[in-house]
Amino acid sequence: MSHPRRPGNRKNVKKGFQFTLMVVGASGLGRTTFINTLCDAEVVPKRECDEPEMAHIEEGIKIKPYTVELDEDGVKISLTVVDTPGFGDMIDNEYCFQEILGYLEQQYDDILSEESRIKRNRRFRDNRVHALLYFIAPTGHSLREIDIELMKRLSPRINIIPVIGKSDSLTPGELADFKKRVMEDIAHHKIPIYNFPYDPEEDDDETVEENSELRSLLPFALIGCEEEVTVNGRKVRGRQYPWGVVEVDNPQHCDFVKLRYALLSSHFQDLKEITHDYLYENYRTEKLSRSTDSASDNDSGEEDEHSRLKEEQFKKEEGKLKEIEDRVQRELKEKQQELWTKEQQLMSLEANQVQVQ
Amino acid sequence: MSVDAESTQPILQSYVGFDSITSQIEKKLLKRGFQFNVMVVGQSGLGKSTLINTIFASHLIDSKGRTQPDEPTRQTVEIHSFTETVVERGVKLRLNIVDTPGYGDQVNNENCWEPIIKYIKDQHSSFLRKELTAMRDRFIQDTRIHCCLFFISPTGHSLKPIDIVVLKKLTEVVNVVPVIAKSDSLTIEERIAFKHRIKEEMAFHNIKLYPYESDEDDEQDAALNESIQDLIPFAVVGSEKTIVVDGKTVRGRQNRWGVINVENENHCEFIHLRNFLTRTHLQDLIETTSLIHYESFRSKQLLALKENGQQQQQQHH
Repeated sequence: MSHPRRPGNRKNVKKGFQFTLMVVGASGLGRTTFINTLCDAEVVPKRECDEPEMAHIEEGIKIKPYTVELDEDGVKISLTVVDTPGFGDMIDNEYCFQEILGYLEQQYDDILSEESRIKRNRRFRDNRVHALLYFIAPTGHSLREIDIELMKRLSPRINIIPVIGKSDSLTPGELADFKKRVMEDIAHHKIPIYNFPYDPEEDDDETVEENSELRSLLPFALIGCEEEVTVNGRKVRGRQYPWGVVEVDNPQHCDFVKLRYALLSSHFQDLKEITHDYLYENYRTEKLSRSTDSASDNDSGEEDEHSRLKEEQFKKEEGKLKEIEDRVQRELKEKQQELWTKEQQLMSLEANQVQVQ
Repeated sequence: MSVDAESTQPILQSYVGFDSITSQIEKKLLKRGFQFNVMVVGQSGLGKSTLINTIFASHLIDSKGRTQPDEPTRQTVEIHSFTETVVERGVKLRLNIVDTPGYGDQVNNENCWEPIIKYIKDQHSSFLRKELTAMRDRFIQDTRIHCCLFFISPTGHSLKPIDIVVLKKLTEVVNVVPVIAKSDSLTIEERIAFKHRIKEEMAFHNIKLYPYESDEDDEQDAALNESIQDLIPFAVVGSEKTIVVDGKTVRGRQNRWGVINVENENHCEFIHLRNFLTRTHLQDLIETTSLIHYESFRSKQLLALKENGQQQQQQHH
């Protein structure tokens, strides 16, 4: 399903690609630092030192998009990163999920209504989010309730890629065990995350190898760092501890480089396609068939009921489509009416002019 | 101890020998053994069990973390109490460790602290009842919590709203010692800034941490307490695994970029916490629980009982 980047496509290369990434995780897991490390610039300003009086105030989650222009090997990428400060920080975090879900669905709604317009805006900006990086705390155990809840609720609307924040607090052994347990947890709860899908029969060997390697790294172990330190004479981005230096760009230390390449070079096309062809389509179908009441009779015979429900759904969808058709017809008629009125006005104006002359 | 200005201490003509009372007491106490009850409070995955095992240099408790996918997430806070006796040079210490799995782990953590506060108060309550019984035990078994280790997540930012609420409630009923867990994810600068913020926030909310100031302290005690208060919250790293560093076997963590030596003061403050809890303030923790927290609970209860009794009397009349 993943397509390698087509090199010869000059027009796209010049125009560049657009990609939107959302980052979710409790504060203190390195979310903001990761964004800045990814873009190699201070895109998200460092958290101001609030007054101590602010610590107990529960501010709630905020959704903050930042757009930055990147250049990846000559390819221009317009990257929008949506930060979500405040997630998981309150005593009761139920509300957080709804906020994020609402934002994602809002972008879908915008596209939906734009698509149904007669006269579409050519410069309409597609703000759909193509991937969500979810930051898991490096507990060493397995997923927390909030992790499971978030991924369950948001996976129908967006590609979720789980990552481990501040992974330098785990030893290599602990990290391997933790990754294994997290993936077992995800499988057990049947959470559909983005796992670099490939078809062993259809795809070429290179693609299969690339994708299975990335899949084996899930969840990606991340470290974020904006500062440079000197190690053995060379300057690297890293964190200086009394016992050594953790290098962000060293694949032995963390999975940052691999994830970055997947997001900005090899897999963003796949993520966008899944968002458009699958996630958005599902949302669209659900939304359009939502307003009609779902009448579920309690007839006997599961199979009958099943096929009847399907029939009903077809009818619903047909009905919805007909509604849209009707609406389009109506709008066409209105436009025609408008045009006719204007024509009449024009003709009468012309007639007046002739008279004056 | 006040000395009467007028009288002068009599001078002993010959050696009496009452100075041996200290060793008499010691002998009795050694026979009886000591009891120390410590509670750990913090989100799962912060290394609570590992830290306890590191402090007492033995595998006392198991982590209560969720490790199996079919294990459900805990929906409430549970109180798990575990007793083990450790012996060092003939000194018996009965350790009671109270773990609080489930704290702070749910999506909605409203009132997750209530079972914890209730447990602490219940121990005071049960002790009081035993004290007030006509035929009471000679030595009442002490289950009161002497020390509560509060684990702060190493976010590097500030305390969370839930931390503030819980710290306020805990410090009213028990000696609280906050620690920054898994501090090996913070650089030294980050650690210093984080501690500074935490101290500011605790001062702002008037959160009273152990050790408390006391008039009875002499210069030495006061100086020690001040240095402890400077260090709090302790930035700790725990480990039950040993690694060989420079030929020595130490407890530590081995990464691809270095080895963290838990017992190295330049790496973390574990040694300070361990010494504080076991070598300098162990007896004081037990005593202040009795003299301050228990006393305050006791007087409130007895006053309430008295008022209750008075009200009932009035009703009868």
